[in-house]
Amino acid sequence: MTGLILRLRRGGRIDRVPWWVYVLLTLAVVIAVFPLYWMFVVASNDSATAYKMPPRIVPGGNLLHLTELVFSTVPFVRSLINSAVVAVAIGVGHGVLCALAGFAFAKLRFPGRNTLFLIVVLTMTVPTQLAVIPQYMIMSKLGWVDTLQALIVPGLASAFGIFWMRQHIASTVSDELLQAARIDGANSWQIFWQIAFPLVRPAAFVLGLLGFVTAWNDFLWPFIILKSPEMYTAQIAIKALQNSYVVDLGLAMAGSFLATIPMLILFAFVGRRLVSGIMDGAFKG
Amino acid sequence: MRDSIGERIAPYAYIAPFFLIFAVFGLFPLLFTFYVALFDWNPVGEHTFVGLDNFARLFDDPRFWNAMRNTIGIWFLSTVPQLLIALGIAHLLNHTRLRFATLFRMSMLVPYITSVAATTVVFAQLFDRDYGLLNWVLHLIGVGPVNFAQSTWGSQLMIATMVIWRWTGYTTLLYLASLQAISRDIYEAASVDGAGNWKQFRYITIPSLRPVIVFTIVTSTIGGLQIFTEPLLVSRSAPLTCGPVRQCQTLTLFLFEQGFGQFKFGYGAAIGVSLFILVVAFALLNFLLSTRIRREKP
Repeated sequence: MTGLILRLRRGGRIDRVPWWVYVLLTLAVVIAVFPLYWMFVVASNDSATAYKMPPRIVPGGNLLHLTELVFSTVPFVRSLINSAVVAVAIGVGHGVLCALAGFAFAKLRFPGRNTLFLIVVLTMTVPTQLAVIPQYMIMSKLGWVDTLQALIVPGLASAFGIFWMRQHIASTVSDELLQAARIDGANSWQIFWQIAFPLVRPAAFVLGLLGFVTAWNDFLWPFIILKSPEMYTAQIAIKALQNSYVVDLGLAMAGSFLATIPMLILFAFVGRRLVSGIMDGAFKG
Repeated sequence: MRDSIGERIAPYAYIAPFFLIFAVFGLFPLLFTFYVALFDWNPVGEHTFVGLDNFARLFDDPRFWNAMRNTIGIWFLSTVPQLLIALGIAHLLNHTRLRFATLFRMSMLVPYITSVAATTVVFAQLFDRDYGLLNWVLHLIGVGPVNFAQSTWGSQLMIATMVIWRWTGYTTLLYLASLQAISRDIYEAASVDGAGNWKQFRYITIPSLRPVIVFTIVTSTIGGLQIFTEPLLVSRSAPLTCGPVRQCQTLTLFLFEQGFGQFKFGYGAAIGVSLFILVVAFALLNFLLSTRIRREKP
């Protein structure tokens, strides 16, 4: 019943949906999905067909062969594991650390709170990626070049994430509840873990997911930092496949396909939440 | 009730990780870029102070202006269509009675979860002169073959297409979220008054989306001016320059080529500083234009 009421109240046009809207939207879906389909087509045909005109537009039976070739050309299993390690560490760390900071800004009183929050918001406008050369020098000083922590640590907290979690905690967690917990003698650390975090776990999850996807797909920074093939993430392995002495278009395509599959599987399970999370995070009105 | 010392410093401990990470890996490197740019700085050898020499050389360097043109060209070719298409799709998705709404919305995000590297590999093939699908289609209608990767406009169009493909769905969802916040009563009233699809779009949808449109223009500008992966992966033969005659080398790629390809850290840092100034200038311009638009509105 409440679901029905929410549906009716939600914004949006209410006229009958004309048929051509479906045609246009289907076209948009086809365009959104086609490159992935094409990746699969080229990766599943043998190399000779990739160099034929007219091109083959249906999948073939060669995916296994190219997959084997990918795994024998570069240490691709290692690359997938490296990507997973980095993405999971950033996803979890980013979700938790931003929630903790967002909790402090939303619910705790301390001198300088508003100024510090303003600084956090202002840092969002600073394009720090332009500073890759000194960033590399710092990593080199720390001895972190060619290591995964060089990718993980800088991604553990973000201004955007803190801003996002602060909004959610401010609107979800009631002050009375926290007051009651304080009277019962709980300190802020316990209050965060036992009351605040469980309440905003869905928001933290979506934030972690965004961090995960970004980390999995990141290219520039890993490309600068990682030197040896055993340390490559999947994205850098794609680049290596593209450069390999085996001149084979299908090879890079198969690598791209293999690096995308984990994301697609994940998306099948959590895509809905990612969509609503992105839409919730958008400012309204 | 007085808090213990531990409780009083706890909030600072909770926010400290961000400030620490930002200081070490964000702010300090940014400031240090300005410093390194004043040196002839080799990563292994000596570094000597040269003042503003790097900038003087940079402004005389045709490669720099070429990269600048390419960056702005790709930014323009990708941002404008992306925002317009996203606006259109969001408008179409904003029907309460739309069937398969979840499926449509989820499909919009598929490009976003695909990596730039994978995207580039596919699109480079689709745009290939000899075996690309696009040229085959063009061939059927009697055009081509077009060598996209070899020409300046062709390679920029190719890269812009990748950016559009990747980001349009994400932007669509942002617009859709804002649209859903508009009361349906307004559309209802407009519909009763006989305003058709186009009039509803022009007089209700666009004006109420102004803030989020400005936001997406700013973010896609900051992102668009730093494009790197697409031009690097487009050309197999000359990746660092995006082709033999630098036809699609962007400023970030030029920075990378000088800094990490030729180990000229000072010169590379000077490119970084210029790029920083460019991004700030664009952000300010956006800001000024958007406040002006807002003020002009009665």
